[in-house]
Amino acid sequence: MSSPSIEPASARHGDELLRVDDLKVHFPVTRGVLFRHTVGVVKAVDGVSFTIRRGETLGLVGESGCGKSTTSLAVLRMQPVTAGRIVFEGVDITAQDRSSGTFRRRMQMVYQDPYGSLDPRMRVRDIVGEPLAVHGIGHTRAEYHERVAALLATVGLLPAMAERYPHEFSGGQRQRIAIARALALEPSLVICDEPVSALDVSIQAQVINVLMELQQRLQLSYLFVAHDLAVVRHISHRVAVMYLGRIVEIAERDTLFREPLHPYTQALLSAVPVADPAAEALRPRQVLRGEVPSVMRPPSGCRFHPRCPQAMDVCRSEAPALNEVSRGRAVACHLHGKVALPIHALATSP
Amino acid sequence: MTTEPLLSVRGLTTRFRTDRGPLVAVHDVSFDVAPGETLAIVGESGSGKSVTALSILRLIPNPPGEIVAGQIVFEGHDLLKMSDAEMLAIRGNRIAMIFQEPMNSLNPALTVGLQVAEPMRQHRGVSWAAALDGAKALLKKVHIPDAESRLHTYPHQYSGGMRQRAMIAMALACRPRLIIADEPTTALDVTVQAQILDLLKELTRETGAALILITHDLGVVARYADRVVVMYAGRVVEQAPAARLYRHPLHPYTRGLLASVPRLDGAAGERLVPIDGAPPDLAALPPGCAFAPRCTRALERCAQTRPLLRAAGDASCQHHHACLRDELTVD
Repeated sequence: MSSPSIEPASARHGDELLRVDDLKVHFPVTRGVLFRHTVGVVKAVDGVSFTIRRGETLGLVGESGCGKSTTSLAVLRMQPVTAGRIVFEGVDITAQDRSSGTFRRRMQMVYQDPYGSLDPRMRVRDIVGEPLAVHGIGHTRAEYHERVAALLATVGLLPAMAERYPHEFSGGQRQRIAIARALALEPSLVICDEPVSALDVSIQAQVINVLMELQQRLQLSYLFVAHDLAVVRHISHRVAVMYLGRIVEIAERDTLFREPLHPYTQALLSAVPVADPAAEALRPRQVLRGEVPSVMRPPSGCRFHPRCPQAMDVCRSEAPALNEVSRGRAVACHLHGKVALPIHALATSP
Repeated sequence: MTTEPLLSVRGLTTRFRTDRGPLVAVHDVSFDVAPGETLAIVGESGSGKSVTALSILRLIPNPPGEIVAGQIVFEGHDLLKMSDAEMLAIRGNRIAMIFQEPMNSLNPALTVGLQVAEPMRQHRGVSWAAALDGAKALLKKVHIPDAESRLHTYPHQYSGGMRQRAMIAMALACRPRLIIADEPTTALDVTVQAQILDLLKELTRETGAALILITHDLGVVARYADRVVVMYAGRVVEQAPAARLYRHPLHPYTRGLLASVPRLDGAAGERLVPIDGAPPDLAALPPGCAFAPRCTRALERCAQTRPLLRAAGDASCQHHHACLRDELTVD
């Protein structure tokens, strides 16, 4: 089942930077030690399509096991792809590998845990400068130091901090060091996998602000993978919601949050409490039954049907395709043409 | 509040010995919990919220930890003056605790049924058969489907949300008057988080138990708490009824926290106002206000003088803050 990539509605951003078509990442499930044999397959990502334009942030949200991280690893070419196509800067990179691919300078990554992703034995200078050294940029020592100092300044750190070690920094500062390292090779796309979820709440805003400022200044594109809907809403231009390996809804940020169409999106939004007791009291609540089923045994038909409050007979047998319902917005739901009354998960915004 | 508080914590101070000298994780913390009320303790890592909870149950490992001062009066008795045997009779009975990671707090080698039944055996002295019957009813009460057969399965056969339900069942076993839940849903997905917190709230309402909800999530606090205690670097910096705290946050830290978190119903894409710097090192606290180095409104004397918790406005609004600035009055 191939679905078309959904184009953004507005031409606010530049041309297409990344196109992912019908991406599938399947893992074999094996049993036995001596006689290892395949007993099944986990379809971690099962037909995902989207595009990202220059200067745009696409948020990818979903609960654990929905395939959002696997999708980002596949785009980075750090995860073999079972089927589908990944086109980056006009070049089909599906067959390329991260270790040899020519695209890798242009596509970088910021990881979740700034305590695990920075080598504790390296000075910040060498952490940030390592990509330069690997790619043979900055031939003289002075040039190298100058580049690192400029990169640190870009993320709001002092050039003198280059001498220090990661343990001397707070979580927010470490994440900025990780961002500086990601920017060293002047990428066009930065993939951020839960970049603030390991940080204390008072620190998260520092990192979110840095990411947004850099985007404006450098025309960066982000694939922003996160489970925190408020953070995703804040930073993204468009948002894709994933459930058990598939995109169930993709739309412009404001459209999606104001009027979610897919019952899962509606439930997800209504589950997140808002930091305001007065607003909380007025919000309609929709609590889902059960939990996300195992990816090993996804439900038949629409994978959301066992938890869906509006499930119909057709949902149990037929998987809905991701259909464009209006420009730039697509939903994979049998209801979508005749949505009864979308639950406005949020009080109407001003 | 005219009713007698169920729990009254006064001047609680808990210290840990570390390689770098003594570290006061909880310093002069006081608050009350009324019967049936939900009190949220909010703070970031290192704020002392979890140590406060463990201190109430006297579960601080000694050494290196030690409760060095204070009173914890529960149902009229000071828990800090009780013998270990008396404490054992209270834990899991009158006061129950729910931890963050249910996988680590359930015994993997025992069936869930036995673990839920155990407190009833321990505190009520009933037979195993009766306790297991009780456990079955409890699992039903926390909406575990197919409770009968689930009784005989092990924690690893449960999903994350189900394990937390089992923990709640265990906590409820002896009809406690106070439940302390330390980040009970942080390890869970949002749709499951809503289920678990709704369940906890519903069950406390039904049994009349009070709930201390420890969390860093200001949204969870807004949805579930009656009153809020905000902690920073081991101290209470502000305390108020939930509705009031969100409408009139007074302490610069509380204000900063509320301004720095993006909201689902807020203006998207606008610059957030972060709190500069990072939480302080508890082993090297400044002599004055611990928040002063990060505070945008700090005065010169903030660095030297430690602010005490004091009432804002008249007593009826039950609003307290620890800031030296005088103009932090309501409106």
